[in-house]
Amino acid sequence: MRHQKDGRKLSRTASHRRALLRNLTTALFEHERIETTLAKAKETRRVAERMITYAKRGDLNSRRLVARVVQDRLIVRKLFDTIAPWYESRPGGYTRILRTRARQGDAGEMAMIELVKTAEQKAAERKRIEEAEKAAEKEAKAKAKKKR
Amino acid sequence: MALPKRRHSKARRSKRRATWRASTPMARVLCPHCGQAKRPHRICPHCGHYRGEEVLLVKEA
Repeated sequence: MRHQKDGRKLSRTASHRRALLRNLTTALFEHERIETTLAKAKETRRVAERMITYAKRGDLNSRRLVARVVQDRLIVRKLFDTIAPWYESRPGGYTRILRTRARQGDAGEMAMIELVKTAEQKAAERKRIEEAEKAAEKEAKAKAKKKR
Repeated sequence: MALPKRRHSKARRSKRRATWRASTPMARVLCPHCGQAKRPHRICPHCGHYRGEEVLLVKEA
């Protein structure tokens, strides 16, 4: 009987599934937004939200609990020092899943999972990206001149 | 092994196939930002917007 057994199997063995969810969760904290299938995004959400809750507690025990899943010291540090403070006053719901497209090849339902951010955070990010693009453009132009 | 005893007529074959209808067409809504048709509850593939002004995908040229 499958009474009370929740979660998706994702067509994987237990160890494969565990590794996959670790990798996806780590990637989410590293990149802050990742694209994957809808089912994987929803499973990742369960793990990632728990990790953020641990990170908000901030003590050594919770750090060790997180390190069991996020096996990259730098990303654990980022989660505790950078990401956790964003959600001080948010009682859960730290991630957002948006459906994007049907994957080319098997028409799989793709979705984006991202860390929820305020409008100010988003505006600042956009600015940073635009500036980086401008700088890259300038550099490319300078290089082209040199060649001539 | 089981084998068909008699040939089925065209009418019989057609009657059987008469129930094979195309499923309902895929739901479409107009994107409130760019006005093009898109699937509901999904980021617009044409302009990258979803729910108000949430620009998500970088626009391609």
